[in-house]
Amino acid sequence: MTIQDIRDTRIWRSVFRGGSGPNNLRRAMAIQSNVFLHLASVKARKRALDFSVTWYLGTLTFGTFLILVVTGILLMLYYHPSVPQAYTDMKDLQFVVSTGVFLRNLHRWSAHTMVFLVFAHMFKVFYRGAYRASREFNWVIGVVLLIVTLLLSYTGYLLPWDQLAYWAITVGSNIMSAVPLLGQKFRFMMLGGNTVNANALLRFYVLHCVILPVTAVLLVAVHFWRIRKDGGLYTGHKESQ
Amino acid sequence: MAEDDKTQPSRRDAFIKIGVGAVGVCCAGAAVFGYSYLSPNVLYEPSPIANAGKPERYPRGSVTQDLQAGIYIVHGPEGFYALSATCTHLGCLTVWNADLGIIACPCHGSKFSEQGAKLEGPAPKGLPWLKVWLSDEGELLVDRGTVIPPKQYLRT
Repeated sequence: MTIQDIRDTRIWRSVFRGGSGPNNLRRAMAIQSNVFLHLASVKARKRALDFSVTWYLGTLTFGTFLILVVTGILLMLYYHPSVPQAYTDMKDLQFVVSTGVFLRNLHRWSAHTMVFLVFAHMFKVFYRGAYRASREFNWVIGVVLLIVTLLLSYTGYLLPWDQLAYWAITVGSNIMSAVPLLGQKFRFMMLGGNTVNANALLRFYVLHCVILPVTAVLLVAVHFWRIRKDGGLYTGHKESQ
Repeated sequence: MAEDDKTQPSRRDAFIKIGVGAVGVCCAGAAVFGYSYLSPNVLYEPSPIANAGKPERYPRGSVTQDLQAGIYIVHGPEGFYALSATCTHLGCLTVWNADLGIIACPCHGSKFSEQGAKLEGPAPKGLPWLKVWLSDEGELLVDRGTVIPPKQYLRT
């Protein structure tokens, strides 16, 4: 039984319709009829696939994001966002749960790597001039994604509920209260109180696990789709307008 | 619909305006609701009034830190006073260093005298003096929510 036999079955055909084939039309159809792949264009310049063009930084950033989603969901199964349990759950993940320490460290290192890669990606785009027309709006989406990434990092910082986390969020929220007029109110709303306490832990947990990741996924989808709409990856100043 | 008929707004324009206006009102309402929902009305935070116990616990010339309450009880030559232990820079908990005779912040290195005066930044100002009084049972009470001008001592 070959792979082609599987592809010819009725079930496969019902899922993937025509699927890929020996000509460009069939290949294009395979991309277009897939809800995920259709964000990307059906054709790419050969030059756009060269390592030197992008250093694959955007794709690598997305890869770390996927690792973070998978490991994060697994960590959620043992972590309670409550003051008496948060710290001990984190320690349990390190010392008691099978492969818990691996998942926690993978989550942590991927988070650091993602922040690094987002900056590297933005520097690469900036210094190559790939942010210019007609790609300005995708640059703006990228800046928002940078902010979302940093907020994900910041909200995740509190969740271990150790001394470092507690004082880091105390300092961070006090920096926020320096915003003129609205600073104090904003801090109170973010922490759900006057000090970093149970409400703050729960709010940061919801932001970290639901609100910010959903925002990131939506913006990443638009970001990828806009690459296609803006004429594919920027390959150099000689590209035709 | 004639192109040059500017004086008569079309029915569609009117509906669009009503629709956009209604959505705008809903968004404003949602913002107000969201703000009030996100601001808790009841907080389960410790009372701002902390009980520091009998004054006899504090020998003259001593600086005692209450870690839970985040305050210092100082029994100086002129009498008792209480300082907030929260750094005025970014809110870290300072500590009393008896060897050097100063209050220091571990986060960014601010230093304060035992009177709360700023000795070294980055803190913008000194540690605030807090209201202290004796309860009917003769115990020291500190109101962490009430800042008083410095040099107001409690004599027992």
